[in-house]
Amino acid sequence: MNAVLQSRGLGKRYRQRWALANCTLSVPAGHVVGLVGPNGAGKTTLLNLATGLLAPTAGTIEVLGGTPAASPAQLSRVGFVAQDAPVYAGLSVADHLRLGAHMNPGWDAGLARDRIGRLGLDLTQRAGKLSGGERAQLALTLAIAKRPELLILDEPIASLDPLARREFLQSLMEFTAGGEVSVVMSSHLVADLERVCDYLIVLVASRVQVTGEVEDLLATHYLLTGPRRDRADLPPAWQVISASNTDRQSTLLVRSSSPVSGPGWAVTQIGLEDLVLAYLSHVPEPAPGAAPALEVQR
Amino acid sequence: MIWLTWRQFRAQAIVAAAALAVIAVALAVTGVHLANLYDSAGVGACHGHGDCGTVASNFLTQVKASLTDKTLYDGSAVLLYAVPVLIGVFWGAPLITREIEAGTFRLAWNQSVTRTRWLAAKLGLVGLAAMATAGLLSFMIGWWASPIDHAFGLPQGRNGSGGINRFAPLLFGVRGITPVGYAAFAFVLGVTIGVLIRRTVPAMAVTLAVFTGVLVTMTLWVRPHLIAPLHMVSAFNTANLDQLTTGPSPGSPMTVAATVNLPDAWILSNQSITPSGHVFTGPAPRVCFSGTIQACTAYVGRLHLRQLVTYQPASRYWAFQWYETAIFLALALALAGACFWWIRRRRLA
Repeated sequence: MNAVLQSRGLGKRYRQRWALANCTLSVPAGHVVGLVGPNGAGKTTLLNLATGLLAPTAGTIEVLGGTPAASPAQLSRVGFVAQDAPVYAGLSVADHLRLGAHMNPGWDAGLARDRIGRLGLDLTQRAGKLSGGERAQLALTLAIAKRPELLILDEPIASLDPLARREFLQSLMEFTAGGEVSVVMSSHLVADLERVCDYLIVLVASRVQVTGEVEDLLATHYLLTGPRRDRADLPPAWQVISASNTDRQSTLLVRSSSPVSGPGWAVTQIGLEDLVLAYLSHVPEPAPGAAPALEVQR
Repeated sequence: MIWLTWRQFRAQAIVAAAALAVIAVALAVTGVHLANLYDSAGVGACHGHGDCGTVASNFLTQVKASLTDKTLYDGSAVLLYAVPVLIGVFWGAPLITREIEAGTFRLAWNQSVTRTRWLAAKLGLVGLAAMATAGLLSFMIGWWASPIDHAFGLPQGRNGSGGINRFAPLLFGVRGITPVGYAAFAFVLGVTIGVLIRRTVPAMAVTLAVFTGVLVTMTLWVRPHLIAPLHMVSAFNTANLDQLTTGPSPGSPMTVAATVNLPDAWILSNQSITPSGHVFTGPAPRVCFSGTIQACTAYVGRLHLRQLVTYQPASRYWAFQWYETAIFLALALALAGACFWWIRRRRLA
């Protein structure tokens, strides 16, 4: 299967600061990919590079095998909901559907109308008067009714209340149920991503920390608790992601391809949220100037 | 893409069309009255025979006495200078900044339309509307004011050189096709400044300042040199003495100028030259303070001055109109090219 998103040494610099550095990724098709990281980690920069809104300072990026935004054909294959779901405040909901129909050759008018109907949106309502949740749903409708192969969502649920958040994710899951569409969505709300994502990219301080299928990641990470031990005494096949020690006890998060066991260790499986949190706080070589401001919202 | 551009521009287009319609009605109603006045005064029938200057003067006196006509004549000139500025400030500057400030360019740029076509539709549609608005307005006002412009073009005795004809700097920019060039330039200037500054209100202010600066530069320093002016040297005719100024006492500086009889020409300068070839600057003789006006004039006559007029002849009017319009259209195209370059380099996000 081809990669929906492939980057090599990708970097973007704003004046002196690298918003994204040396990012090499290959995301296979057919997944719902969660892009996780604290604020300022470079999530929006990566997604803007993927949609062609930004040009890379270094490296290359290919989306569905092509240069982002290079042609109408390339644009028609990627649907995008930008951060804060911008819509034209002065245009009505119906105007937005007309906009989509006029500007996309593959526009699925039936799908768009169905969705708007099911959401209970008033076609004559001006988009500026919609609630945050309704606006996000309208933007999502525009993005999916063009029938893209890849849907990119930048923090689509961050500003929504819990109910609107659930409804948004619900409609996203309905859309991706067929498995024909790949999705890349960024968020710092790990609990929400856990419900919809089957692939994870963790981005911290403008660098990729870990990437892979959620199932594989959960199966190869172990939380160990046991008597205090030095790192040097641990088996070399264990990759220690995080460690916390008290006087007598050590708690380790370990990545290992084979099952871990040992005398005195209590081994438990780890949830996605704890796994992400461990990677967010595990910064081997922080990029200069980028303060990892960790933020976890529930 | 054109649909979205039109949908966003619709309200502004309706306002502009309504304003044009109101102005058209006002000009049509008063224009008929003005044309009747022109015919009854006999200005139109005056071709060389008889005293056209007096006929024209009488007509202009009547026009000046009518508050409506005078207000419309002055107001329409102010309006035609204001329209390109308004277009640049309210159509040009916000065109892109509005999308940047609301983030909606991210929505537009992710439909199946390249940003080049997005910009082309915006610049094309709104730019053509700007040119059409200014062109229509100039055409209507030009028709309305044509009797007055024609009367001002005729020699009118002592005021002949002072009349504001359509070639004079003040009126040149509000007649013919120059407003079309101004509107196109002001619009694209506003868009370009918006793309550079990215914020609506500062972009509006800068557009206003830059456009005014360019227009003043063009009028004062560029336009007179578009074609090398002609010079006319003739004997100084004291019977046509138009201006005589002196300092406060005998021996102080003094200048004299005679009437120029060049209908519809643009007079750049009108100087009096001494037999030795210098511009006459005095000194003022005692006779111009103690004696009669006639004695003073006779003194000027004995100086054997010559009159040197530097001017652009009336026959060059349309050449100047085309040159000026072409210059502003070329500037507009250059700025549009810069906008395309900028948008393609993805400097907005």
